[in-house]
Amino acid sequence: MSNAVETKNKGGFLAGSANYLDERVGVAGILKEFGRKIFPDHWSFMLGEVALYSFLVILLSGTFLTFFFDPSMAETHYHGVYAPLKGMPMSVAYESTLDISFEVRGGLLMRQVHHWSALLFVAAAGLHMLRVFFTGAFRKPREINWVVGFMLFILSMAGGFTGYSLPDDLLSGNGLRIIDGMIKGLPVIGTATSSLLFGGEFPGDEVIQRLYSLHIMIVPALILVFIAIHLFMVVIHKHTHYSGGGKKDTNVVGYPLMPVYVAKAGGFFFIVFGVIMLTSALITINPVWNYGGYDPSPVSAGTQPDWYIGFLDGALRLTPSNLEIVIGENTWMLNILLPMVVGVGLLGVVAVYPFIEGWVTGDKREHHVLDRPRNAPTRTAIGAAGVVFYAVLWAGASTDLIATNFKVSLNHVLTTMQILLIIGPVIAYYVTKRLCLSLQRKDREIVLHGHESGRIVRLPHGEYIEVHEQADQYEIWKLTDFKEYSPTLARPNAKGIITIRARIRSAMSKWFFEDRVSPVGTTELEATKKHGELH
Amino acid sequence: MPNTKKKFSRRSPFAAALVLIAGLVVSGGTYVAASAAVTNVSPKTEVDQALIETGKKLFLANCASCHGKNAEGAQGGPSLIGVGSASVDFQVATGRMPGQASGPQMEVKPVQFKQEDIDALAAYVASLAPGPESPTEEYLARKGDAAKGGELFRINCAMCHNAVGAGGALTEGKYAPPLKNTEAKHVYQAMVTGPQNMPVFSNSNLSVEAKTDIITYLQYVQENPSVGGEELGNLGPVVEGLWVWLGMLGLIVLITIWLGAKSN
Amino acid sequence: MADNSKDLANVEPTAEHEYPTGLAVVAPDKIADPGIEPHRVRMTDKSVKHEKAAERQVAGLFLLSILGSAFAVWAYFAFPFDGETAGSLRYNTIFLGLGITLGLFGIGIGAVHWAKTLMPDSEVSEERHITRGSEEVRAAAVEIIRLADQESGFSRRKLIRRTMYGALALFPIPAVVMFSDLGPDLKDALRHTMWAKGGLRLARDPDGTAIKAADVQIGSVFHVIPEGLVDLEPPHLLNEKAKAAVLLVRVDPSVITEKQRAWGYEGIVAYSKICTHVGCPVALYEQHTHHLLCPCHQSTFDLADDCKVIFGPASRPLPQLKIEVDAEGYLVAPGDFAEPVGPGFWERKA
Repeated sequence: MSNAVETKNKGGFLAGSANYLDERVGVAGILKEFGRKIFPDHWSFMLGEVALYSFLVILLSGTFLTFFFDPSMAETHYHGVYAPLKGMPMSVAYESTLDISFEVRGGLLMRQVHHWSALLFVAAAGLHMLRVFFTGAFRKPREINWVVGFMLFILSMAGGFTGYSLPDDLLSGNGLRIIDGMIKGLPVIGTATSSLLFGGEFPGDEVIQRLYSLHIMIVPALILVFIAIHLFMVVIHKHTHYSGGGKKDTNVVGYPLMPVYVAKAGGFFFIVFGVIMLTSALITINPVWNYGGYDPSPVSAGTQPDWYIGFLDGALRLTPSNLEIVIGENTWMLNILLPMVVGVGLLGVVAVYPFIEGWVTGDKREHHVLDRPRNAPTRTAIGAAGVVFYAVLWAGASTDLIATNFKVSLNHVLTTMQILLIIGPVIAYYVTKRLCLSLQRKDREIVLHGHESGRIVRLPHGEYIEVHEQADQYEIWKLTDFKEYSPTLARPNAKGIITIRARIRSAMSKWFFEDRVSPVGTTELEATKKHGELH
Repeated sequence: MPNTKKKFSRRSPFAAALVLIAGLVVSGGTYVAASAAVTNVSPKTEVDQALIETGKKLFLANCASCHGKNAEGAQGGPSLIGVGSASVDFQVATGRMPGQASGPQMEVKPVQFKQEDIDALAAYVASLAPGPESPTEEYLARKGDAAKGGELFRINCAMCHNAVGAGGALTEGKYAPPLKNTEAKHVYQAMVTGPQNMPVFSNSNLSVEAKTDIITYLQYVQENPSVGGEELGNLGPVVEGLWVWLGMLGLIVLITIWLGAKSN
Repeated sequence: MADNSKDLANVEPTAEHEYPTGLAVVAPDKIADPGIEPHRVRMTDKSVKHEKAAERQVAGLFLLSILGSAFAVWAYFAFPFDGETAGSLRYNTIFLGLGITLGLFGIGIGAVHWAKTLMPDSEVSEERHITRGSEEVRAAAVEIIRLADQESGFSRRKLIRRTMYGALALFPIPAVVMFSDLGPDLKDALRHTMWAKGGLRLARDPDGTAIKAADVQIGSVFHVIPEGLVDLEPPHLLNEKAKAAVLLVRVDPSVITEKQRAWGYEGIVAYSKICTHVGCPVALYEQHTHHLLCPCHQSTFDLADDCKVIFGPASRPLPQLKIEVDAEGYLVAPGDFAEPVGPGFWERKA
């Protein structure tokens, strides 16, 4: 296709249409600019693609579902084929969900595709964020794109939650009721906000339609806009790459977009879609017919939100008793506010982390070669602590299932989780930091003395030694190509005053960089080699 | 919102009448038999007397150490006077009794007695004072209304046993057991006797038809696996979330490693 | 970038972060970059036989995809819904899904296999450009802004600028105000339930039949709605049920408190079923421990002690509903709960 312009007026249909497009939209220029763009190849670079492709699958399956779904909360009586619900009063929304499941061929498959891909979307986005965090890909110039990606993560949860509620079944209805209780617990605006969402009292007959408007219009539109910004910035910055021979902050090493990446990434879309379809064909998700239509009186054991809301639900469960207090005429629902602050606070730290680290290091250079997690021990340890904190909150949402499946007391599970929530991250922090430093020391060993070969040799004078095999130059480069930072003292500014800002910055740089292992330099490497030869 | 709300009351009198008629037609006969069975403590015939004697011997040998020589209750176990034959049959025929180590609640174990012995024990305990009796076969013939049963199950049972009977947690190590492999007879007995911490659902609370409906519903969900495929234990979103992370993302990560690996 | 780096040792008096490298130590003896690793030749690059085999494999995968898609269409029609048996629906879902899966995997794996074995796999390097514009570009951009400011008089004409800010700040306000009609003021609705009518009998959920005191034996639990609730129109039915749902149990009168006995009837007590935490139905009743457990967040209430919170995130006891017995022996509620039911809210005590 790249030679389409030259073959004007000759050649086949392809050349003809290429010419047509170029003369109208200048497609040749676009191809010239982007057709041979280089993308580095690494498995961990595909996680963001998984999220993107899941979103495409969500759009496709969701569009199919909109043709059959009716979000009305008007009351009706079920006349479909599912025997255990025949004649039951229910909302039109729930009935149409049942009809999609039982009377539209492929409808159940599409419902399962939609729900599985939604869960996968948030999970893949989360895993992608972890990859970006632990490799330091958020550093200058990508801080803003980190925030855009963070917004996408929040939007994906919003899309998921608004969709979870639409079938108006008992499970999601109780979920909405919890949300209503949380909203009512907000100081000052709680009651009014709840009324605005539900159109009056809970549950009312409006909320499903309102969530539907959000779910199929505003949330996906925002996700699309943010995806466009996210990808546009990837094009501007070009992709990062891992340290390796010839890979620098000033270049990008990999394969050209056309044809290799088009084939790989295009093929990968079909594979991700295939994994979703395979799961949907074989595994039930959200069997709404089991739960019955929403009724405010019953509830099922094991009432949980979808996984991505789990950390908030867990935070609610792990909150201690008796935190509701009354000051004057006003009720402060601290048992709701505290978990909200914890959940939102955790997300807030995630959102601003690149700016914190950038300020501490003061490093204003562009970074395009990724860090190996061990080479940024404090960051990796902070990340591990965050992951453990999130994981305990998340596991907190399934305390009842943990209790029944592992035959332990529900109360003990909850108390253990409360303790783990505090000490788990601390332990994770120290263990991870020590692990990173040890791995760095091992890297130094390999650079200086090579790999242990496992071969034991007896020297002429009787000494036994293990033969070490020298690392090759590419490996040495990979193990030594990282940035080392040194902690700084708080220094007086031009007026001779040590500001609080400077003190905080100094304390943080000490925290970040006090324990560190320097990369091996040529001087040291040469010295060791000489020493080895003398030996 | 378009004004499509139908002027139905939630339960129209017509529907109620239909349900009532259906209920009567289906279980009318059994209802008469049931009321007779529940109110009448069966007359003690010769055979019964022999059965009670056997039961008493079995009781003294196996149960009296905890429940007392005359079933009046002791340190280890509660009084069994007035618990009825249904309670004995439920506890012994599901293997919960004789109890072993004292945990938060009595566990289901392999059954220790033959059915005749269980019947003898039940007859003995029933002879001490009248109490709930085991249902006869007709109640369990799943001829009730599964839809009505589903609604009643959600209101009265699902909060502990989960919407399709997958079980759930109670306080301090106790739990509501899964009902997947529980016989209809035992479900019925549990409702009328309220074993351990389960509340009692006497006939004035859930009528005999209501119990039949609930049993019909449970049998429907047990015999009809999910139309959507593997059920993941019917444990809901937590297990679905685990599958997304460990199953789907796990598989996809393996594929990305294959994708990024150089070909030979 | 790397060539901008300065040796920190020589610039002691100024703060480090004013230099591009910040706290980074720039090692003078960094090991030299060996350059891109040489390309490893694949079997398909050097052997025509392997190349042909790979070609056949890719084509085979695409063919498999065609078969899969065709199978999916066949499965769609081959397993019609007869409406009664679940089996056919199950097979339709499984085989339609598996057919589509094969159609997708065939294309996906085929394309990736093609890229990996037959397309060039030597790595290429492309230069990056620093993200910030060159000095000339930046100067040109500044000039454009300066010119725009000058021509419009944006900085000069304060009156225009300030009135414009005001106008821009206020124009979204009507849009925000318009959302008010989404919901009415709730404060009074949250304080009352249907029981406030007074004299309503306690009825069974869901059929609405009234309950006699004699029906309630010790150890049993009734899920209760106010009599007449089932005749309400939607959405009032669900709205009222969401507040008025009650749990009725009978216990030995000696285990409960004086206040509970006074508000109950011979050991029969009625409590709001709506959790005071975030509003789930608290319905898990243990008849011997008298614990009431909420399945959503595990708040535990002690029914023997006026439903005080003994575990979990809730703070307030569940409100008790005062009950009496009427002339016909039915349980009735003389009035409403003494306090608002369910989760707390800002104006609750006002």
